[in-house]
Amino acid sequence: MDFINAIIVLLNYTIIPALTYGSQLALGAIFVTLIYGILRFANFATGDMMSFGTMFAVLLTYYFQSLGINLGIFPTALITIPLATFMMILYMLSIDKFVFEYYRIKKSPPVQLAMVSVGVMFVTQAIIRIIIGPADRTFLDGEKFILKASEFKEITGLNEGLTIKSTQAITIVITMIAVSIMFWFLNKTKTGTSMRAYSDNEDLALLSGIDPKKVVLITWIIAGILATIGGVLYGLDKSYRPFVYFNNMLPIFAAAIVGGIGNPFGAFLGGYVIAFAEIFLTYAYKKFFTYILPEALEPNSMMQILSTDYKFAVSFSILVIVLLFRPSGIFKGKTL
Amino acid sequence: MAFFEGNKMTAGYGSGPDIISSCSINADRGEIVAILGPNGAGKSTAMKAMLGLLNLKSGSVLMDGKDISSLSPQDRVKAGISFVPQTRNVFADLTVRENLEVGAFLREDDVNKVIEDIYELFPILNEKKSQKVGELSGGQRQQVALGRALMIRPSVLMLDEPTAGVSPIVMDELFEHIIKVKETNVAIIMVEQNAKQALSISDRGYVLVTGENKFEGSGNELLNDPEVRRSFLGA
Repeated sequence: MDFINAIIVLLNYTIIPALTYGSQLALGAIFVTLIYGILRFANFATGDMMSFGTMFAVLLTYYFQSLGINLGIFPTALITIPLATFMMILYMLSIDKFVFEYYRIKKSPPVQLAMVSVGVMFVTQAIIRIIIGPADRTFLDGEKFILKASEFKEITGLNEGLTIKSTQAITIVITMIAVSIMFWFLNKTKTGTSMRAYSDNEDLALLSGIDPKKVVLITWIIAGILATIGGVLYGLDKSYRPFVYFNNMLPIFAAAIVGGIGNPFGAFLGGYVIAFAEIFLTYAYKKFFTYILPEALEPNSMMQILSTDYKFAVSFSILVIVLLFRPSGIFKGKTL
Repeated sequence: MAFFEGNKMTAGYGSGPDIISSCSINADRGEIVAILGPNGAGKSTAMKAMLGLLNLKSGSVLMDGKDISSLSPQDRVKAGISFVPQTRNVFADLTVRENLEVGAFLREDDVNKVIEDIYELFPILNEKKSQKVGELSGGQRQQVALGRALMIRPSVLMLDEPTAGVSPIVMDELFEHIIKVKETNVAIIMVEQNAKQALSISDRGYVLVTGENKFEGSGNELLNDPEVRRSFLGA
């Protein structure tokens, strides 16, 4: 019985949260890796673009709530995603048209484009500040829990409760659906194949008659969808604080690089690698060991490897280690 | 008048000096034409100019009697001119079949038929169709590169050193494949370093020196011309 309790503790405090957080990172990391693979620069505006899309979801959620539209037990924000995504894509395409395209046509080196994206990041932050302000906002409504700790204890008769928040389930399910559709698109459709070809060998793709403008357009559309979904899911789970997204860029970039930059499937797995590492290394295992060890050996410290304040240090360390020892990522083979 | 002609082409890179001047090259369908010459003679440049990768300062490129000098490389691909670059001529991360599919990107019709034809021409590609091209040998990659270029069923095929960096045995095999392609009524223009072998399978050849036509003639004529032999064939 103690053993099952110990497993429930781990599930409740590490595995389920890590799967959720990992899904959110994975969406961001695929966004980074797509832009890197096809437009060939590290997009420092990633975090703030995700925040930008989420902002529309928050505003639309408030608007729908004021009209009395809701989804019952599901968060209203889910119906705002298509519209918010549309606004996001519009924003990305206009940024591309007015900023990135100029440098692309000039064939600027990637580092210059990366610096340009830092500029885009500041502008995006400023626009967010003007439209919605820096305040913390909660836009989650509907049923908060799928499974409450007390219910779980009642059903199973265990000491430990297992909580599954609706946002966790929604995050994991939506991520799986979005990512599956994206991989199907990239691997099975003609347009997807042409995007992979363009990423692999741009000159030969042009000689084969692939239209670079169309590839760029589709890339931003996919990026916009991923950025908005990832941002909204993160916001629903944790509340929407516009500038937290900027901080999330470190684990997102770490995930993209761990997976091998330019490799979407690697980025997807990388998201979970980073999330599990962060959570496993910063979780206090005291309760877990109390269950599995005999009473005499019971720990009296917190049994925590790192304080949660160091969570970013974990992704940063992974980033540095991977760059030193496996710069092409820990998953071999396939790039976009 | 030949099917595909570059007439008195003068071109260079950017505002730099002219690499080729008043250089003329032509090819008919069902004919292999080799462009030979020492390093820096402008062989690849002449080919790039005919492809539209380089703007002509003067001269013209004609296909089937029509002036295509102002078409972009993409539009020339649509018109039926295919090109196999010397390096990076395959999509290494894609499978063999995907490489062929990308080659047929401009085709609206069913590509399966064309892919079957390519498999018939290069049976090894059928065997390896689900393998990533990056995992294939040099000779197999060149076959993928040829196959990709043939997917649009071109009337003109341009090859930039198709046998660079492959073993003599593979070279012979590739030349055999190129002859098979020629027999499908394609005009083939190739730049080659292996001059003797190239001339032995070519119907005609051009020798360029410092961007100008120096010698031209049938493969045998050039092979037997004492001056060409002395200066370019090393015997």
